[in-house]
Amino acid sequence: MSAITITNLTKKYGALTAVDNLNLTIDKGELFALLGMNGAGKTTTIKMLSCLIKPTYGDAVLLGDSINGNSNAVKQKSNMSPQETAVAPNLTVLENLELIAGIYGQNAETSRKSAKEMSSQFGLYDVLSKKAKTLSGGMQRRLSIAMALISNPQILFLDEPTLGLDVLARRKLWASIKQLKNKVTIILTTHYLEEVEALSDRIGVMTKGNLTAVGTMAELTAQMGTANLEDAFVALSGDEL
Amino acid sequence: MKIFLFAKRNAKEILRDPINLFFGMGFPLVLLFLFSVINSAIPVEANNTTFSIENTAPGIATFGTAFFALFSGMLLAKDRTTSFLMRLFASPMSALDFILGYTLPLLVMAAVQEIITFLAAALLGLPLSVNILLAILIVHPIAILFIGLGLLCGSILNDKAVGGICGALLTNIAGWFSGVFIPLDLIGGVLKQIAGVLPFYHSVEAAKEAIIGNYAGIMPHLAVVFVYAVIFYALAVLAFRHKMRGDEA
Repeated sequence: MSAITITNLTKKYGALTAVDNLNLTIDKGELFALLGMNGAGKTTTIKMLSCLIKPTYGDAVLLGDSINGNSNAVKQKSNMSPQETAVAPNLTVLENLELIAGIYGQNAETSRKSAKEMSSQFGLYDVLSKKAKTLSGGMQRRLSIAMALISNPQILFLDEPTLGLDVLARRKLWASIKQLKNKVTIILTTHYLEEVEALSDRIGVMTKGNLTAVGTMAELTAQMGTANLEDAFVALSGDEL
Repeated sequence: MKIFLFAKRNAKEILRDPINLFFGMGFPLVLLFLFSVINSAIPVEANNTTFSIENTAPGIATFGTAFFALFSGMLLAKDRTTSFLMRLFASPMSALDFILGYTLPLLVMAAVQEIITFLAAALLGLPLSVNILLAILIVHPIAILFIGLGLLCGSILNDKAVGGICGALLTNIAGWFSGVFIPLDLIGGVLKQIAGVLPFYHSVEAAKEAIIGNYAGIMPHLAVVFVYAVIFYALAVLAFRHKMRGDEA
């Protein structure tokens, strides 16, 4: 059953077409990776799907609600972790989590309970009372994702979740994301190929605003006749290199 | 509910920064003390009331709110540049939740700052009366103007630019053209004319009229401040809503 149906989704900024006529269906519980070079249109796609910017043309229906017609309903059932670590620096870990839980409608008691559950799930329980700005980069990123999940979203957008993290922090974050597979529909943007290989069910390759290929890793490598995903990606993004 | 959650968060972000606490609460007291020292050094026979507590307290209470432009602007600009605001834009919060969430805690802080300033002034000789309560109310429109200016700058500029404009530039303009640092009425000329078209001098004069109990003299000055506050707060709301729509993202 599909969670996200994207139809002719397009975003133009003057003469620049950032996303060009995107058509895609993503199943419930699927982890879909959007792969592409910088400026390929991944973040713009995420921003349209999370109702941060309006499409120039086209639409997307998320669990029955259109991003054009009912953005409030879409916002209530989805959440996002932006590319940068988006936490309130002078608030503690607990306060950051409770703030987002409250904004999505949880009362004080439920917010506190959810915050403690999330902090346990993401290895943040021991730093609940620490200010977010004092955490390491990896912990801040985990907090950012925990904040995205505390509202119990049915759809989660992760924009470059491991950008700038060291190998160990990245592996820890991957483990956290893997726990979500089949429970939450996730769209993840990245340009790390090993991240795509480790996490994704299916992959979409974007080049200059166009979705040039969609499939599993095996399907993409078979389609391009390459030995691995990196070679397939290079072949698909050839014009941009 | 969302407004108050967001307002509470913004209050914590501002108050947990010791520099904000100093400029918000401490700096007006430092100014009050310095002007008091200057005043005590002026011989009585000079009959110069420029730095008397009745004149300096309303001016400092007004000038102190200039820092709220810096607070609101820096907070909003940092929320934008760290993508914290993007996260919240993706939530079911409305534009009203954001605007009031940024404004309300600063208005409360402005009231606290003014109360502390006038209480300190009372210790330095300002007669305690209901006129002080009126003066606190009268200073609020300029506080709204400064908060609006901060939100306007924070909506369109990064935090470094906000620091320069709302910190260095605005506080200097507000200081010099309010008559807090210099006796504008004595100097007159172009300086007084410029001050006359800006809101800062009028806010100070309105508060002074309140303190001395000349109620009829309040509104002509306060009306100028109201006009500026409405215009710049409306511009801030428009700029914020534009940013929220993400058209230029």
